[in-house]
Amino acid sequence: MNSLLRHKGWTWGFRTTILLYFVILIVLPILGVYYNSFSQGFSGFVESISDPIAWKSVLLTLKLAVIATLINVLLGTMIAWVLIRYQFPGKALLNSLVDLPFALPTAVGGLMILLLLGPGSLIGGIAESLGFEIVFHQPAIVIAMVFVTFPFVIRAVQPLLEELDPSEEEAAYTMGASSPRVFREVILPSMAPGMISGGMLAFSRALAEFGAVVLVAGNIPGRTLVSSVFIYGEVESDNPAGAAAVSIILLTLSFLILWLINLAQMRGRRA
Amino acid sequence: MRKLWITLTYLVFFILIAAPLGKMAANAFSGGFAGFREALSRPEALHALMMTGLVVVVVTLLNTLFGIMLALYLVRAHWLSRRLKGFLNSIVDLPYAVSPVIGGLMIVLLLGPDSALGGVFEQIGLKIVYAFPGMVIATLFVTFPLMVREIMPVLQEIGSQQEEAASTLGAYGWTTFWKVTWPSIRWAVAYGVILTVARSLGEFGAVLVVSGNIMNKTQTATTLVYQDVENFNVTAAGGIALVLAAFSAGLLLLMEWSKRRKEVH
Repeated sequence: MNSLLRHKGWTWGFRTTILLYFVILIVLPILGVYYNSFSQGFSGFVESISDPIAWKSVLLTLKLAVIATLINVLLGTMIAWVLIRYQFPGKALLNSLVDLPFALPTAVGGLMILLLLGPGSLIGGIAESLGFEIVFHQPAIVIAMVFVTFPFVIRAVQPLLEELDPSEEEAAYTMGASSPRVFREVILPSMAPGMISGGMLAFSRALAEFGAVVLVAGNIPGRTLVSSVFIYGEVESDNPAGAAAVSIILLTLSFLILWLINLAQMRGRRA
Repeated sequence: MRKLWITLTYLVFFILIAAPLGKMAANAFSGGFAGFREALSRPEALHALMMTGLVVVVVTLLNTLFGIMLALYLVRAHWLSRRLKGFLNSIVDLPYAVSPVIGGLMIVLLLGPDSALGGVFEQIGLKIVYAFPGMVIATLFVTFPLMVREIMPVLQEIGSQQEEAASTLGAYGWTTFWKVTWPSIRWAVAYGVILTVARSLGEFGAVLVVSGNIMNKTQTATTLVYQDVENFNVTAAGGIALVLAAFSAGLLLLMEWSKRRKEVH
């Protein structure tokens, strides 16, 4: 058996299979989308993109993803701080609950938000009588994005806070710095890389989110139709070229973010 | 000050995680236990859960096998140049950056009935898109980085000395793998398996696009939840969603447990 497996032909066949699997599964589909959206030339791409429903969905997605990311950076930094610095009952439980939005299917997350805030629910009723509209409007999309990207910033900031040497802080205090100043000049700078890289991950995830958003957004073109839902609609209505055009805008953006994160991490490692 | 921050943290967790979960559970049982059972024992619900199970099993098997092999190659292979390895390494993460819907769209464009490749497969009688194989491919695409990224750091950390020693002593590649490499990567593999199961259980966007969501044929548990919501059958959706959430919570517990094992090893 072993001598058979050690035969040169086997080895090469095996290696080629693995690498082919890799390339076919990952690279080919991505190239396919780019190829498809330019298959009718550049003008076809411009035409698909200049459809107001298409570009408005991209702008809306960007806007809502930025809001969700900012909320998450604030909340995530606070929670990471509390979970690392303070001892209190239930800490271990909260720490494991952080990952729940990753583990839950996104459609389940969307359904949970819909049930909690939707028409007929307690909170939805109160908001409605106050004149707010949550579900099927933009706030619901932001909530869905915040829910789905919740763990990113926390998990990026936590290890940095853990590594932070307490003596740095103590030195600052000894030299007479006030606690807001210590926070601003010692703690914040050491958390910043995590806030940025976690925020970027959260942003790219929020751009891509579909499952949670499609259930809570009203999907009204121009107002609550985000790009991923737009793409799904185009596929369903048999217009793959339009879907591919918006897809490559989102893809290019996400690849850019991924590349930036990698770059930042490499620089961080060298420093 | 300290009390304030802790209270705020509890509040965020309650609003964002506990309240929605509780509300969904209450909703699933709003028709009593009988209502919950009825939602689950619909033929389409049983079929959808079975489809999800099948996808999870097939995807996890394939992803584990190929993930281990690829991680070994990307860390150890001498027959790949450094530059090529670096390039392949950066490709591994691409699925993270791709929206699941776009992942599904890619497969429809590449293998759909209108494409060249899809036409060839159709002629030999193999349907890929809007059928089981397409759903597996879509989920494989989405889960691809999980296994590789879990194993690679462990392989880098343990180094190749022990493996080299084993082959100097005359062990074949296969023996070296099982006796030397496997014992040190097995907890990383276990963790990768749990991540893959969780992700393929919950995959929605890519599967929705590729499967066409045909009831009793290609419908999975998550796409059934979507359809139930679209049909305003929220209670039934809550029942299935609760089952999925219970599985995810179980997987989360497993994750915590294996993370601790992984650190000890």
